[in-house]
Order: sequence, then C-alpha cells, then structure tokens
Amino acid sequence: MTAPLLDGHLVVDRAGFRLDVRLHVAAGEVVALLGPNGAGKTTALRALAGLQPLDAGRLRLDSVVLDQPDARRFVRPERRPVGVVFQDYLLFPHLNARDNVAFGPRRQGLPRRAARERATAWLDRVGLAAQAGRRPRQLSGGQAQRVALARALAVHPALLLLDEPLAALDARTRLDTRAELHRHLADHAGAAVLVTHDPLDALALADRLVIVEDGRVVQEGDAATVTTRPRTDYVARLVGLNLHRGRADGRHVHLGDGFAVPTAHQLDGDAFVVFAPTAVTLHPHRPDGDAPHTWPATVAGVHRHGDHLRVQLTGAVSTVADVTPAAAAGLRLLPGQQVWASVAAGDTRAYPVGP
Amino acid sequence: MTTRTRRRGTGQRVPVALLVPAALGLLFLVLPLGGLLLRTPWTALGPRLTAPGVLTALRLSVQCATLATLLCLALGVPLAWLLARVEFPGRRWVRALVTVPLVLPPVVGGVALLLVFGRRGPVGGWLDATFGVTLPFTTTGVVLAEAFVAMPFLIIAVEGALRGVDHRYEEAAATLGAGRWTTFTRVTLPLVAPGVAAGAVLCWARALGEFGATITFAGNYPGRTQTMPLAVYLALETDVEAAVVLSLVLLTVSVLILAGLRDRWITGP
Repeated sequence: MTAPLLDGHLVVDRAGFRLDVRLHVAAGEVVALLGPNGAGKTTALRALAGLQPLDAGRLRLDSVVLDQPDARRFVRPERRPVGVVFQDYLLFPHLNARDNVAFGPRRQGLPRRAARERATAWLDRVGLAAQAGRRPRQLSGGQAQRVALARALAVHPALLLLDEPLAALDARTRLDTRAELHRHLADHAGAAVLVTHDPLDALALADRLVIVEDGRVVQEGDAATVTTRPRTDYVARLVGLNLHRGRADGRHVHLGDGFAVPTAHQLDGDAFVVFAPTAVTLHPHRPDGDAPHTWPATVAGVHRHGDHLRVQLTGAVSTVADVTPAAAAGLRLLPGQQVWASVAAGDTRAYPVGP
Repeated sequence: MTTRTRRRGTGQRVPVALLVPAALGLLFLVLPLGGLLLRTPWTALGPRLTAPGVLTALRLSVQCATLATLLCLALGVPLAWLLARVEFPGRRWVRALVTVPLVLPPVVGGVALLLVFGRRGPVGGWLDATFGVTLPFTTTGVVLAEAFVAMPFLIIAVEGALRGVDHRYEEAAATLGAGRWTTFTRVTLPLVAPGVAAGAVLCWARALGEFGATITFAGNYPGRTQTMPLAVYLALETDVEAAVVLSLVLLTVSVLILAGLRDRWITGP
C-alpha cells in the first residue's frame, strides 16, 4: 500500500474540549467524518483547511507538511491545495455563479478569460451552464450546492473538504444531489473528507467512515464493518441496532445482573453483542425454564415505526424492540408496563471488544 | 402621513402619543428651512447668485468636502477594518478615541489642529522646515479640518457594515487562494460597499457644513479658505439678504445630493 495522500494527527484545544483525531486518506478515497453535533467534526475540517491552526500533532498532504506546531510550521489556507464546500456554501453574493467559480482559478494566476473558461467548463460539468450569469440569491438550494462544489473543484485541490454538503437541502433535492455528488467524488483524483451527522450521506458517499465522538475517533472502517459491528451506542443507534457490552463465555454474552444473550458463535472474553429491534420478542409473563435468556423490562414509550411498533424498554438491559401490531395487541403496551424480553441465538452477533 | 397609511391599507392606527411629537419634531426641523424660503429675495435672486463671491465659495466648499471625503475614505476604511476585524490590546480605547471628534466642539478641534499642524506645532514645524509646506490658513488646511471632523461618521458606518458581514466569506476566499489584501479588495469591500457609500455620504455632508474647525484652523480668506458656511456667517454681519441667498444655495445643493443618495443612505446598515 502506498503512503496516504493525507496523513494527519489533528489536535486542537478549546475551552473544555480537545480534538484529537488521526486521519489518513489515500488519493481517490472519500472518508466521512461521522458524529453527533459538537463532536469536533467541523473543527477537524477547519484544521485541515488551515482555518484553525493545530495546537499539537501534524498535518501532511502530498508529502508537504502543512501544519506542525512543534516545528513552527504552518501553511496559510490560501497556500494549501485544498478546496472547501461549506455547509451554507458561502457563495460570494456580489458575484454571479461563473465569477464565483472563476474566483479560485483567478487567484491561481490564470488570466481573466482563461479563468472564466474554466469556470464555464465546471458549471457545465455540474449541469449549470445555463445559470452561469445568475447571482447566488437567484439560485435554488440544490443549484447553489452545485456551484459551491464547482467552485471548490475548479482549483484542482489535492484535498476536497465538504462540510455537511447536503444538510441545507430539502429531502427531494437531497436525493438527486447526493447521487450527483457521488459521481463527482468518484471523478475526483485527490483525497476527499466529508463531514456529516447523517449516516445515510456517509454511507452513500464515503469509501470509509471515521466515527468521531467527543473529539476522538471511536470507530473506523468501511460501511459494512461499521454497520454490522458498531462499537458505541451512537453508532448502534445510527445503524438501528441494539448494542450491549458484556463478557462472553462460549455461547453466551453475560450482561451483568445475571442476564445473558445467547450467540451462535463461539467467543470468549470482553465482547460486544448486537441484535436488531425486530429480533427482540416480548412476553407478558416470564417464560418458564429459560431464565437467564429472558430479562425483565419496563415499557418507556411506544411509537409507530414503519409497519411495526417501536417499543423503548428500560431496566437492567435497555433495549429497543420492534413488534408487529398483532403481537402488541396481546401485550397491552403502555408506558410503565412490565414485560419480559428475549432474543434468539441466531439473531445476535457477538464480536470481541479488542480490535 | 394619514393618506399614506390609508393608501397602504394596513388599517394601522397611529397612536396620538406618537403622532403628536412626531409631527412637532418634523415641524421643528422643517420650519426654520421654511423661514429661509420666506425671507429669500426671489426677485433679486439672479444677480445675487451670480455675485462674484458666491460661486467661488460654493465651488471651494464642494471641492474641499469631496477631497476631505476622499481622504477619510483612504484612511478611515482601513481603520474601520482594523477595528472590526483585528483583535488588539486597547481596541476599545481606540474605538472610543475615534469618535472623540463627534463630541468635541469643532472650534476645539480647530485649536488642536492648529497646535499640532501650525507652524510652531510639532508636525507643522517639521513639515515647514523639511518641505516648506504650510497647512494652516490654506485650502489644504480646510480639507484637513473638514476631514478631522467628518471622519468618525465614515468610520462608524463602515465598521458597522463590516461587523454585519459574515467573516466566513473571507475564510471561503482564503480557501480559494486569496491572500488578505486580495480578500479585502475582492470580497470584503464589495460586500460592505453600501455601508461605505452611506458613510461617505454622511462624511461628505458633515464636511460640507463644517464651520468651527475650518475657521479656527484655516481662517476665512475668500477664494482660498472661505467655504459656504463661512461666507454665510460673514455675510450675516453685513448683508442679511446675501446670507439668506447663500444659505439657500447650500441647502439646495445638500438636499439635491442627499436626495439622490437617499435610499442607500437610509437603508445603509
């Protein structure tokens, strides 16, 4: 494997918050920084762009050190081969779409005519040739997003950064724009880092996910690994799974309080176990002879979820269960109601806590 | 006023408690101007206007106010940028200092200018000895005095406009390869252009009406330092009718220019 195009250890200290993230991105690879609001994703993106100097660590792009505090090295944003698509695009309101896209090439020393020609070509690529003369306020949200993308790509950046690129769009535009963005990202020869809190955007656009919580990387991997083997509650919630941590001995994962979840595979030691909400069976009374695999729980809330009812359960083992309306009818699911929950060995997946 | 609200059809009724003082305020502002019109010798207006001193004073006034505004733009816009965009120790004090000419009686400003830029002043003496340049009692002195009094208007307007502009546009420009100066000229300045225009108009209007600092620092020499306000004051001592005509000219020029720029001036940030 060749050295990554982007090789960063980003450390930024803020009042009461520390970002400490290692990031490696290969040429042509799209990495999504996924995490809840306030996790430090945008700070990381700003550090990559040079809008936020590092407090420690190092950032190298294409074998050039861009930021390294202990070596007193800092390359200013305007000298970095980086293109940024901002969350609210930040298209210059006093320039039309073409001049917005031509702004970067002009700063790279291209003569006005050549810069405009390049801008026109990029607008054509994003399908906005007809809107070249429009000011940003005359563009729709989806169009503005594409102009912002064209503007960032027109400088031929080695690293493309996208901050919540689809967050400002309505659901319908979002679908089309996501597909189009995926196409442009695939064409982009350099590295790309995408910041998002939407798992759908991350799964659709990125080759690899880096999950950031509280300024740290809690998990990273391709979409399949992250979705099947979540390692934190946040990731489990994103992919819609129940996640528990316990101790495996052979065919069970013990969750404490004497309850255990059966698994189909042999495993020992500290382990995570996941199962889908639909795998959970609820019983009105304690089933006989199956004590350790059934746990008592209290209904905390019920709401519709597709053609199922989603039941939030609290107790020793907090769980989400999806039950059919027919099953729910026999359970009298009201908040505060006591039920018993169980899950079959074939419906669970256990994996070691260690890497 | 009432016809206007009716035409708009909003059905809003203006409370009397607001309407009465508003009408009084308008009257208070307009009445003296009306008095000026009443006293104007309309029949003798032609010869009065073409009297030798009038046009000279008017031209000098407009020229000096324009030059003073240009000087304020050249120095005041960068200063406003500094106050709005750069964190430095004592910034609050600098901001307070900048507005001092607003509250200082212009005559005091003129005296202060004389003490510094006068022939015996530290800067004036040096200028005189090194370049043979004298500032007080010259047309340049008029420009200087007007700029001193009018610059705060520009700075306040431009700084307000700069604070109103999202500084992330400047970050976006930086990520596209624009250095600080290019960002300033290509992004920041166009974004605050309405604020700069508003500030320049205010500044120009203030400079045009400047009296106290000018007469103190530049004196009252016809053709050289005698601007319209000074001519009005002088005429008042000898020929009231001439003073009225001069005032009318000054009023007309101001109203025409301000009305031309009214929309920007009023809707400025």
